[in-house]
Amino acid sequence: MSGRYEIRFSGSGGQGLILAGVIFAEAATIFDKKTAVQSQSYGPEARGGASKSEVIISDTAIDFPKATEIDLMLALTPEACMKYYKDIKPNGILLVDEDFVKETPEGTFKVVRLPIIRTASEEIGKAFVANIVAIGAIAALTGQVTIESVEKAVLSRVPKGTEELNKKALMAGYALAKNTEKEKAR
Amino acid sequence: MGKIKLLQGNEACAEGALYAGCTFFGGYPITPSTEVAEFMARRLPQIGGAFLQMEDEIAAMAAVIGGSLAGSKALTATSGPGFSLKQENMGFAMLTEIPCVIVNVMRGGPSTGVPTGPGQSDIMQCKWGTHGDHPVICLTPAYVQEIFTETVRAFNLSEKYRTPVIIAFDEIVGHMRERIEIPDPGVLPVVNRTKPTCPPSEYLPYDDSKGDVPPMANFFEGYRYHVTGLNHGTDGFPVNASPRIHTDELRLIRKVEGNKKDIVKFEEYQLADAEVAIFAYGVSGRSAKTAVEAARKEGIKAGLFRPLTIWPFPEEQVAALSKRVKAIIVPELSLGQIIFEVDRCSKGRCGIEGIYRVDGDPITPAQILAKVKEVK
Repeated sequence: MSGRYEIRFSGSGGQGLILAGVIFAEAATIFDKKTAVQSQSYGPEARGGASKSEVIISDTAIDFPKATEIDLMLALTPEACMKYYKDIKPNGILLVDEDFVKETPEGTFKVVRLPIIRTASEEIGKAFVANIVAIGAIAALTGQVTIESVEKAVLSRVPKGTEELNKKALMAGYALAKNTEKEKAR
Repeated sequence: MGKIKLLQGNEACAEGALYAGCTFFGGYPITPSTEVAEFMARRLPQIGGAFLQMEDEIAAMAAVIGGSLAGSKALTATSGPGFSLKQENMGFAMLTEIPCVIVNVMRGGPSTGVPTGPGQSDIMQCKWGTHGDHPVICLTPAYVQEIFTETVRAFNLSEKYRTPVIIAFDEIVGHMRERIEIPDPGVLPVVNRTKPTCPPSEYLPYDDSKGDVPPMANFFEGYRYHVTGLNHGTDGFPVNASPRIHTDELRLIRKVEGNKKDIVKFEEYQLADAEVAIFAYGVSGRSAKTAVEAARKEGIKAGLFRPLTIWPFPEEQVAALSKRVKAIIVPELSLGQIIFEVDRCSKGRCGIEGIYRVDGDPITPAQILAKVKEVK
């Protein structure tokens, strides 16, 4: 399964993780012309419960649509983090919200901690754009899609009147991840 | 070039229905099929069609039958519990020869089971869910693009043979999103029912003297006739006598079984020199394809037979396959259903091995690969 890149977005139902996956897949397929599949798994609850959405990006056809060797996993809640981290492959990335997921499991993967929800609520002013902040960070960390394509995909999926807010959230997330990388480079 | 979109399987199904000329949806929402209804509720009023949410699935199926009798191409979509409720009226549509399309997005478990998890355990119900000997066409697409084209084909077969057609896919395929190209109108064939050319006074709705599929008049176009779930004569009124009951039941079955060349569709992948074959449909077919690729990389001669028509069952193809492979592996999201058909057609000529899973997750390529190695 070479050339296959697997991303899992996880958290609690209602945090917009399925939408995050859809936007990411749309950026990859429609705007970057790659092959991608987005799938999801959720419980019967309308809110709460561990929820996940997966995106697989590849240069060739994708048959098995679920993630089994994850390159990057996002976890916005401790419950989702513990439930879903086991499929992260060696040297993969576990991206967690640094305020909400204090404890991370041991593994051969790299852990990146970013204040995703705090950035959404304090910098942008709306906690519900945390999913968009996360997309920006993931675009920067994975390099799988161009930020221009992600921006187009975000704008095509969010409600009218919230475009500027979401664009700001996306760029804030992108900057968060880029700054972490720069700090490491130093 | 058609329109490129990123769509869910359920949305692609609705797009396919519109492409095929569907103008009526009668339904009752149920996870994981609801997006089909949502899409149709949004789009049908825009094109002059009608969306009708009924009080339950029984009434929804009845509405679909009425819509079709009145001349619409009609669709309903449901999942396990709703599919059970539709069975009686589905049998009615089979006997009264009313074209319509029923989508079953399969979830797990009997009863309410696992609403948000995938299943393939309704596949025998698709064939035998309603009572009596009856004709069944059931299609099993596995990719979003395929759901679109197979939905168009479902309507075409339904109109051509004057019979209900079931489309069965699992929650994963229904909810996943993939790139899809929606062809421009005219690219895919669209079949419409044959209407009578005789005057209304001479019309016999079940006159099979000129072929197994009698022309069908739409109501409100000047023709009227009797529609009953009792076995009936050429005029549609009840006949409870030999030989009419016998010949008519045979004709109903023959419409499907006699046209298998036209109806049965499948994909063969790496089967030409295969020593181990996998028979799988839906999401299990997708896993199997990845498993075949992995096996081939290790020098194991594995191949995939993926039915797009599960009913009528591809008997001849499976029989032929069983003569040239060592074993056929059957992965399915049930505790073993379609394996019985594979076994029946193989007549003991090769090994048959099942892989079953009902915990809400799909069978992985690794699980299938391990079984391939075990039997090779």
